[in-house]
Amino acid sequence: MTDTHDTRPHLPLGLAQRGYTGVIQHLSAKDTGSALSDIELESRLIELGFVEGARVEVLHEGLVGRDPIAVRVDNITIAVRRREAMAIIVA
Amino acid sequence: MEAPLLHLALVGTPNSGKTSLFNALTGSRQKVANYPGVTVERKEGFFVTPLGRQVSVVDLPGTYSLRGRSPDEEITRDFVLGKASGEATPDLVLCVADSTNLRLTIRLLLELKRTGRPMILVLNMFDIASRRGISVDVERLAKELGVPVVTSIAVRKGGTADLLNLTDEISAKLAAEPQENTWRALSVAELRATQREADRIITDCVSLPSRPDTWTARIDAVVLHPVGGLVVLAAILFVMFQAVFAWAQPLMELLNSGFDALGEFVHATLPAGLLQSFLQNGVISGVGSVIVFLPQIIIIFLFILLLEDFGYMARAAFLMDRIMGGAGLHGRAFIPLLSSFACAIPGIMATRVIDNKRDRLTTILIAPLMTCSARIPVYTLIISAFIPAKDVWGFINLQGLVMFGLYATGIVSALAVSFLIKFFMLRDYAPAPFMLELPDYKMPRLKSIAIGVTTRAKMFLHRAGTTIFSMMVLIWFLASFPQPPAGATEPAIDFSLAAIIGKAIEPLLAPVGFNWQIAVALIPGMAAREVAVAALGTVYAIEGGKEAAEQIGQVLATKWSLATALSMLAWYIFAPQCASTLAVIRRETGSWVWMATTFGYMLVLAYAASLVTYNVAVALGAG
Ligand SMILES: Nc1nc2c(ncn2[C@@H]2O[C@H](COP(=O)(O)OP(=O)(O)O)[C@@H](O)[C@H]2O)c(=O)[nH]1
Ligand SMILES: [Mg+2]
Repeated sequence: MTDTHDTRPHLPLGLAQRGYTGVIQHLSAKDTGSALSDIELESRLIELGFVEGARVEVLHEGLVGRDPIAVRVDNITIAVRRREAMAIIVA
Repeated sequence: MEAPLLHLALVGTPNSGKTSLFNALTGSRQKVANYPGVTVERKEGFFVTPLGRQVSVVDLPGTYSLRGRSPDEEITRDFVLGKASGEATPDLVLCVADSTNLRLTIRLLLELKRTGRPMILVLNMFDIASRRGISVDVERLAKELGVPVVTSIAVRKGGTADLLNLTDEISAKLAAEPQENTWRALSVAELRATQREADRIITDCVSLPSRPDTWTARIDAVVLHPVGGLVVLAAILFVMFQAVFAWAQPLMELLNSGFDALGEFVHATLPAGLLQSFLQNGVISGVGSVIVFLPQIIIIFLFILLLEDFGYMARAAFLMDRIMGGAGLHGRAFIPLLSSFACAIPGIMATRVIDNKRDRLTTILIAPLMTCSARIPVYTLIISAFIPAKDVWGFINLQGLVMFGLYATGIVSALAVSFLIKFFMLRDYAPAPFMLELPDYKMPRLKSIAIGVTTRAKMFLHRAGTTIFSMMVLIWFLASFPQPPAGATEPAIDFSLAAIIGKAIEPLLAPVGFNWQIAVALIPGMAAREVAVAALGTVYAIEGGKEAAEQIGQVLATKWSLATALSMLAWYIFAPQCASTLAVIRRETGSWVWMATTFGYMLVLAYAASLVTYNVAVALGAG
């Protein structure tokens, strides 16, 4: 387990598989295709605890298109659609 | 001199235990109303502190910030800022936190502080936090935050004692320190900085060897399994409907014989005549035939409240999000739609959790298609009169199965309507996001469930005592006057206003197999669906005399064909038979157009469904 979070490739949480664990690197709300404006999406994600440095784990996936996902963020569980989770860059 | 009423407000993130705390503080001294202009439920309660101060406390809708993204959250913001019209600015804000999960609440609290309102941070669910080995340096936390902090266990007797004492202490020196409101909506950068600050404070004051809740993880492994979860959901719904039909039966029979006995008693004691007929046929059999359904209404609310308290509702929304998305619905619509099984009115009001206008509108339009509890009396009556109570495949009750079918039809058509709306009216739009906290599972609490069920039962009985009672008086009047001329040989009702009205409408309803008695019953059914049952009872009772009053079901079985009965069931799945629902739609959408749209499309569906059902049934020989 020498694999530190700095050396791992960055990827949007929206592409992560079930069982993925990582740390949030930054938020990038542009071009996610979400119905929300960039600012609104970013605000809501922060309000639900998705901030830089938070540990995340993808716990569950829905049936259709493996969507939405249930994500452990530090010690709470949040359900989000993959589309919005694309704004959360993890490693 | 008596100190003035102290105004408290409960603010916090969803599921932090605000309502439990509210219940613990106020017990049954609660008043549920609406905020003026909007239909957000306003729950106010009263209690007295240990030092004798009279306190009013308001349970505000849960929120993560003061930005006010939905009508619910706007209420919370305006209330705290003292901008809610006709509301006193709270003297003291209780910021309620789930102690196992402080990050989001501490950030909210830092934002709340800018409003300058005096505040207490209530570390609720402290029992769970202790069990998980979380320890909080309460004194240090209070110093860092600059806000008094107290622990609480809302669901344990005496678990709010510290909070009560602190309230006394603080309220004694309140007026001394008026503070300025410097709140304005936070920018993204400020939001992030606030969260950092909150996280720093938590690192300093809270030690988190936090073992995650293994129970929640274990249950979720099954309940949120992509396939297994849906099977569990279907099973829960199925049990719920079997329960509504099967478990309630003995109680309902008991109530029924009670009202029969009462009617008999009136019949035997009073001289024959108008008063006797009014009391027995109008009041007792009318109102009685509706009150009989109290057990079923209690059972359905019991299920909904249990699932909510347990924490399952958010999971159901998660499971259903994409599936409902296929029909153009938002995952959050699941909860309002499930509430609509109890009654479309709270269901439509609950759509306020959907912040996107279009998603909300679609949900409002289809909510009345969910089988509400007021339809249960109609369904039960017809099913028990026409469907044999035998078991199929050895264990499933056929009557329960038909009931399930009626519910399923309601759901499927709601999804179909929503799909059509999405396809034809609201084509050009990206689905609104679905973001929802999935709280840890909690053992449902007897007390809060009891308070919830009692409130609903009271509302139902209140309706039976007012709306339904006055409708019954009207029906009895229409069915009894004018009296038949002396020496007439036909039943008295043939001369009545009811018969005249019913026969006038009959030609319109004849194609769907309805007779004039049904036509009469449908009119007061507009005030409340369940009145139709009572109205049929009254009409047939006045027509057929005493025996008819005793068993509406048996009478129907002899007077209606199976085709008519099935057609009536089909009608009731769709018919917009509820003035209060229409009024709420008008209020929530702020538009007559949407109300008229709902009325129109449901009426068309009802007529079409009955027409098809009746004619198919007749063709199959059930005429
Ligand atoms: N063990 C424990 N459970 C609690 C406590 N307070 C609330 N709960 C439970 O937490 C759940 C959510 O509470 P509720 O009052 O509905 O939260 P609200 O959304 O803030 O109104 C319910 O199942 C409550 O029974 C507490 O202090 N201890
Ligand atoms: Mg609540």
